[in-house]
Amino acid sequence: MSTTPSSTPQSDSPAIGTARVKRGMAEQLKGGVIMDVVNAEQAKIAEDAGAVAVMALERVPADIRKDGGVARMSDPNMIEEIIGAVSIPVMAKSRIGHFVEAQVLQSLGVDYIDESEVLTPADEVNHSDKFAFTTPFVCGATNLGEALRRIAEGAAMIRSKGEAGTGNVVEAVRHLRQIKNEIAKLRGFDNNELYAAAKELRAPYELVKEVSELGKLPVVLFSAGGVATPADAALMRQLGAEGVFVGSGIFKSGDPAKRAAAIVKATTFFDDPKIIADASRNLGEAMVGINCDTLPETERYANRGW
Amino acid sequence: MNTPVIGVLALQGDVREHLIALAAADAVARPVRRPEELAEVDGLVIPGGESTTISKLAALFGMLEPLRERVRAGLPVYGTCAGLIMLADKILDPRSGQETIGGIEMIVRRNAFGRQNESFEATVEVAGVGPVEGVFIRAPWVESVGAETEVLAEHGGHIVAVRQGNALATSFHPELTGDHRMHALFVDMVRAAS
Repeated sequence: MSTTPSSTPQSDSPAIGTARVKRGMAEQLKGGVIMDVVNAEQAKIAEDAGAVAVMALERVPADIRKDGGVARMSDPNMIEEIIGAVSIPVMAKSRIGHFVEAQVLQSLGVDYIDESEVLTPADEVNHSDKFAFTTPFVCGATNLGEALRRIAEGAAMIRSKGEAGTGNVVEAVRHLRQIKNEIAKLRGFDNNELYAAAKELRAPYELVKEVSELGKLPVVLFSAGGVATPADAALMRQLGAEGVFVGSGIFKSGDPAKRAAAIVKATTFFDDPKIIADASRNLGEAMVGINCDTLPETERYANRGW
Repeated sequence: MNTPVIGVLALQGDVREHLIALAAADAVARPVRRPEELAEVDGLVIPGGESTTISKLAALFGMLEPLRERVRAGLPVYGTCAGLIMLADKILDPRSGQETIGGIEMIVRRNAFGRQNESFEATVEVAGVGPVEGVFIRAPWVESVGAETEVLAEHGGHIVAVRQGNALATSFHPELTGDHRMHALFVDMVRAAS
């Protein structure tokens, strides 16, 4: 099992921000849906629908795409309003490499920081040093090497990048399959092969060895990017995601409360087509969606991060 | 009965870690999401997760009443964190419509130890078990207990582990540590009950 060795000395004084506490937090979110919300009212709708957490941001990815320009961390007032409105965990996004935005989010008391490619990167070489924080981080990945580089920097949870704000699940499927296939391949390697594998993955040998032994990432793996329907969410879970982020798909749809509850049901009973069918009835309009093959390379968020 | 069958309520949360811990403590462990699956187990673990989500899903999928009936009838249950909240007769600060299964006469306060930045690890002395590594994640504590509820552990002056009859609950997460003594205690409770 993926228990994290404790870095805590055995004493009566409590230790905060340990790897076990950070990764353990994500373990508690498994089987759940994390929803993007832009205000307290949406956060309450998400909580009432059974979301395990909300992602507080000023604009959902579909609007960031539409508006263009530089996308940054959200207004602290708006994040605090959402924290005050719900009892479930609240996450918020910092730009890639913008460790000061992350410091601000930690000071606001958010429960998880998403160092996210949906915002405009602040550093085109380096991601933030996530060990420097008490607040845990989730990061996006398109393949195993990228996931392990983020974990090496201290990420306590990984999500597929997908292509946020498109309502098109194709890229999330690609990334999740890629990560799972690469893990399966490592599983079959003997010790001699793991050094070359680490070099090829551009990831630390110790993490590559750990994945080879566990047959999974040492942290929780969620899916994100393009989930718009209950069946999309169930698809990601059947492909091996331990839970689902839904961004624009809920509050850009015709009936957000109903769609949110339906996606929660389908995520729990992801292997029961009858329940997914019932959850899919009369949901009103889904978000319109964008075909990813018509997106210019420069508008693909998944290319951000290194 | 040598090898009890113990379910883990698998609506949401760290189900996998409990299944592994129970198997390591010599039980047959299986996920439970439906009333017919609940009917087949000798004991049940309610995992960590989001208590509001677990409560909603249990109500939505017709699990709440079957769970209450079986716990009232003496089914051994063990709840960690959100599971402790689900086993409380009363929540001090529930979300509107938040239901519990009940079974332990206690009042709990959700997220009492704070948000994620305050989540911590500390050694906890559990009566009958000894010192265990307590992993507390946005953890609840028990404000007060009834006459029949036995307090098994405290941390910082707050109750963090209790037992009443066949029901056991901890604010912390033994399933995240690789130390299976709390699960072994529960497996013994299940054996003794049957």
